[in-house]
Amino acid sequence: MAGSDTIAPAPAPPETVKILIAGGFGVGKTTMVGSVSEIAPLRTEEPLTSASLAVDDLDGIEEKRATTVALDFGRITIGQDLVLYLFGTPGQQRFWFMWNDLALGALGAVVLIDVRRPKSSFAAVDFFERRGIPFVVGVNGFYGEHPYPAEAVRDALALPEHVRVLLCDARERDSCRNVLIALLDQLIEAAIEDGGGGRLIRPPR
Amino acid sequence: MSGGDAAGRLVRPFTLTGGRTRPSRADFTLITTVTAVDPAPARAPRPQPEQSRILRLCAEPLAVAEVAALVDLPVSVVVIMLCDLLEAGLITARPPHPVSRTSPDMDLLQKVREGLGRL
Ligand SMILES: Nc1nc2c(ncn2[C@@H]2O[C@H](COP(=O)(O)OP(=O)(O)OP(=O)(O)O)[C@@H](O)[C@H]2O)c(=O)[nH]1
Ligand SMILES: [Mg+2]
Repeated sequence: MAGSDTIAPAPAPPETVKILIAGGFGVGKTTMVGSVSEIAPLRTEEPLTSASLAVDDLDGIEEKRATTVALDFGRITIGQDLVLYLFGTPGQQRFWFMWNDLALGALGAVVLIDVRRPKSSFAAVDFFERRGIPFVVGVNGFYGEHPYPAEAVRDALALPEHVRVLLCDARERDSCRNVLIALLDQLIEAAIEDGGGGRLIRPPR
Repeated sequence: MSGGDAAGRLVRPFTLTGGRTRPSRADFTLITTVTAVDPAPARAPRPQPEQSRILRLCAEPLAVAEVAALVDLPVSVVVIMLCDLLEAGLITARPPHPVSRTSPDMDLLQKVREGLGRL
């Protein structure tokens, strides 16, 4: 552009990555996002057409009142040049069509489970497993109580060995951070295993 | 109609976007960062009030999702306005770090891991 050499270069915007916080309805996803985010969680409301909802799902939805789906997210600054965003996926099953878009380009996901009703997150586990999207499982104790050890949850969900399962408290920052760290450790471990096949070694030019 | 599955999913309110149903630019993901060009190019069209608000917000780099949350408009609407601003040369956009399942970026993973460790 003409004259661009007279303009002081703007600082380069940071690179961005994202992780999804997923799971069934009301399992604590938004709470977890808020616990680790450096900003108060932000929210966007997206209006939906009836076309995006299955016919059955329209039962009980007020006519005329626009249906919206809320998306909440938080941010963790990793460094000057890298920012991690956490997106809480909408929990109600009829909004799950959004998960596909949300999962695009994500490093991976945390599937949160409410320890009192683990079944509500079975479908979320299926979602990520089917698509080959890496995930860890966070077992939210809700009242800080963990009646089942992590291994029992793993067995109940028939999770493969490499998927980490952590007991957590969605209200506690450190606990949520540890779940995210577990996801990164799992991703790094998988990358190292892949690297055994030579993928991480760039061919000489 | 613009076709494609994105077209049927989200209502596109027409008031702010001049009635166009142009599909969202694929390069505006939720975590694409946008930054106002400063100073604005001399020949750029005068931005609409909502666009000016966006420009003020992204004086510092902001993700598309953050812009939408801060102006309290749906992402689908904000993306259309960002398209116009990009076309007018009033903002720059940086795509997110690409994530590949087949060849993971070890440097990136380590960096995120270390960042979380410092929290
Ligand atoms: N006691 C307790 N309450 C929790 C915990 N996690 C979440 N809650 C509460 O449970 C309710 C639902 O939590 P949210 O974080 O909104 O759950 P969500 O998964 O985002 O819900 P949807 O987005 O509607 O699916 C809120 O009232 C929270 O305050 C927890 O670990 N312990
Ligand atoms: Mg929520």
